Amino acid sequence: MNMMSELGMIAPPRVTMTGVTKRFGALTALDAVSIDIAPGSFHALLGENGAGKSTLVKCLMGTYRADEGQVLLDGRETQINSTRDAQKAGLGMVYQHFTLVPSMSVAENLILGEADLPAVIDWRARRKLLRAFMADMPFQLDLDRAISNLSAGEKQKLEILKQLYLGSRFLVLDEPTSVLTPDEADQILGLMRDLAQAGRISVILISHKLREVESYADEVTVLRQGRVSGQGRVADLTRSDMVQMMVGEDTFAKSEARSTSGSGSTHLTVRGLCVDDDKGVAAVRDLSLELRSGEIVGIAGVSGNGQTEFVETLAGQRNETAGEIIVDGVPYSKTRKEIRAARIKLLPEAPLDNACVRGMSVAQNLALRDFDQPPVAKGGVWLDKAAMRARAVDLITRFRVKTQGPDAPIETLSGGNVQRTVLARELSDKSNILIVQNPCFGLDLKAVAEIRRRIVDARNDGTAVLLISEDLDEILELSDRILVMSEGQIVFETPREDADLQEIGRHMAQHGD
Amino acid sequence: MEGGDLGWWGVVIAVIGGAIRVSTPYLFVSLGETLTEKSGRVNLGLEGVLVMGAMSGYGTAVITGEPWLGVLVAGCAGAFLSLIHALICTLPRVNDIAVGIALFIFGTGLAFFLGKPFINPSAPRLPDLDLGWWSASPQVQSALQINLLFLIGFTLALFLAWALKNTRWGLVLRTVGDSEEAAGALGYNIAVVRILGTVAGGFLAGVGGSYLSLYFPGTWNEGLSSGQGLMAVALVIFARWDPVRCFYASLVFGGATALGPALQSVGITANYYLYGAAPYFLTLALLIYSSSPRKALEGAPGEVSISR
Repeated sequence: MNMMSELGMIAPPRVTMTGVTKRFGALTALDAVSIDIAPGSFHALLGENGAGKSTLVKCLMGTYRADEGQVLLDGRETQINSTRDAQKAGLGMVYQHFTLVPSMSVAENLILGEADLPAVIDWRARRKLLRAFMADMPFQLDLDRAISNLSAGEKQKLEILKQLYLGSRFLVLDEPTSVLTPDEADQILGLMRDLAQAGRISVILISHKLREVESYADEVTVLRQGRVSGQGRVADLTRSDMVQMMVGEDTFAKSEARSTSGSGSTHLTVRGLCVDDDKGVAAVRDLSLELRSGEIVGIAGVSGNGQTEFVETLAGQRNETAGEIIVDGVPYSKTRKEIRAARIKLLPEAPLDNACVRGMSVAQNLALRDFDQPPVAKGGVWLDKAAMRARAVDLITRFRVKTQGPDAPIETLSGGNVQRTVLARELSDKSNILIVQNPCFGLDLKAVAEIRRRIVDARNDGTAVLLISEDLDEILELSDRILVMSEGQIVFETPREDADLQEIGRHMAQHGD
Repeated sequence: MEGGDLGWWGVVIAVIGGAIRVSTPYLFVSLGETLTEKSGRVNLGLEGVLVMGAMSGYGTAVITGEPWLGVLVAGCAGAFLSLIHALICTLPRVNDIAVGIALFIFGTGLAFFLGKPFINPSAPRLPDLDLGWWSASPQVQSALQINLLFLIGFTLALFLAWALKNTRWGLVLRTVGDSEEAAGALGYNIAVVRILGTVAGGFLAGVGGSYLSLYFPGTWNEGLSSGQGLMAVALVIFARWDPVRCFYASLVFGGATALGPALQSVGITANYYLYGAAPYFLTLALLIYSSSPRKALEGAPGEVSISR
């Protein structure tokens, strides 16, 4: 079967969903949502986290079964009960988290999804077919490369190639650009738009980035709390219309006005730091930086360029292979005593795994920094549970953590509330150094605004803040100084005033050395 | 003394011969464990499966007089025991390591219980192939008395290496073992693939057990396996989940096991039990060598619990 000619000739199906409702127990995730996507259109699905975007496409792709409503393909009602059914109907999903098999090659990953893969694979014939397919595609990849050696952008391209190879002519892209540089994102979305305009595919783009929606989509459907809160042609809508549709009438705290940049004494100095990753490959290479009190230094970069290893090293979870870390003029060896003395605070990525003990209660997690100190520890041995609980209750109200109570296990909290809990613990007393990594990843706009305000507050109080984030907008909004990290090195530095998105993006994509 | 003719060469030949003779159970168990782990699960119970295979194979051979039927029954017994492991592990929140240890104890216990009547009667042995006919030296002749199962194991290693890359089953097995997310998105039934991977692994381990009781040492008693099944699991890690490397590693382990008897054959009897411990030392040494506090295991299937 020759996939490429098929892709060229068969038009994508018209996909119509009418009155789709999906309930999970008492929660109504989707409430009578209708959407209609004409062949060759580029349709954006916009909404905050939890608005129902993923649920809607999962109902379309057969992962979930809608409780009410129907799916029509080219006007005919169609039952799609599995990913296989969806594939047969020409519907393909490009997931936010890569679904490639890391130990396999590009070629193996491409053929894996074929519905009628033969028992014994004739690699010579397959490769010929794959090469012919590649030649017809707007972007190419070497068939023999292992997935573990591909960059995030290349993986994203391969996910799309895989769907096209399998004959999907209706593609759902689930937040495809969250791990890409701005240039890669523009390139990939541009290519998808070109294919759509040529009538070869239809695209649903799930996103919360307004810029992408404005630049690439023809039509947009906005979801809020499981309902359609707006629908129309992108050209007819302004940015503020779309924001209004996304967040509704609610207002939320604005970022605290920042006092003048303190840039006082140097709290943290990193010199020539080298760190290996889990495979023993250098992840951080000869990294040096300085962090002064009263400033936020933002480190931008595409994920997987050594940020995680760097933060783990600062946190004491990983050892450096070379270089030194100096805190307040003294070499820092990451003991609990030093962390306490230097007032180093940390909000790492995925805090439930990296900064909490899952099974322990909110109160216990809030006490992790100082349960061995008075007033919680009596005589250094006994825990005063009442004191621990009282302080937890206080922090829970002050940081507005939504929990069933201080005794609820922390893993029962939502992502935003885990984030708030860790931030409450870290900022409950005076801090000198605050290290935060992707603090707002996956949070709704209100939680984002609140957490960013707390970070700026800490800065205004004289804390030296190191912000490592994959979200360039966040870096631009919060930082006093911006560094760009690529392949384990700081490759670019600019003060906030001179920051230029295009230039930063270029440096994010640049290769070290 | 015949060993004296060849001197230290005698030791080398005896070790090589011993390696070939002793390695077969290691080879079958490690190939089985490779299949199971490639599907994303660890079956530590293969020691129990091995002993159960040895018992059931021997029993069948005693009763029917057909050693090859014994091999088949041993494989089926192993597959059945592993099916228990596979099914229990399909339940939510079950730890495959803990279930494996339980299966290890259950399998050996069951084999001892059912195998009591077979300790005395002797079963027909699996036949040899004499590949040493060209040599006049009795040592060489005895070293090259090779069992068909060894050759089957060798062929199987090559076949599995090929099949993992070139068949649909191989690709699906690796996908499920490496990324549940990918397997789910591709619409494969993860539970079914793992059950089949574990059962196939158990079949091979059972066949490995029949070699112990029907060829070398060729009896059935309760001390028959001295942890070969467990060592084979360690061997899989050392072989980096590669069937062909499992073959080489099995030979190394077999050679280490044969060291004591080989030295004895040239008259070195001191420290016999110390040399007998060589495979255990080797297991420890290789595990220390192949682990690192800073590196993750290379080549490990992503979903196997030891690499997560």
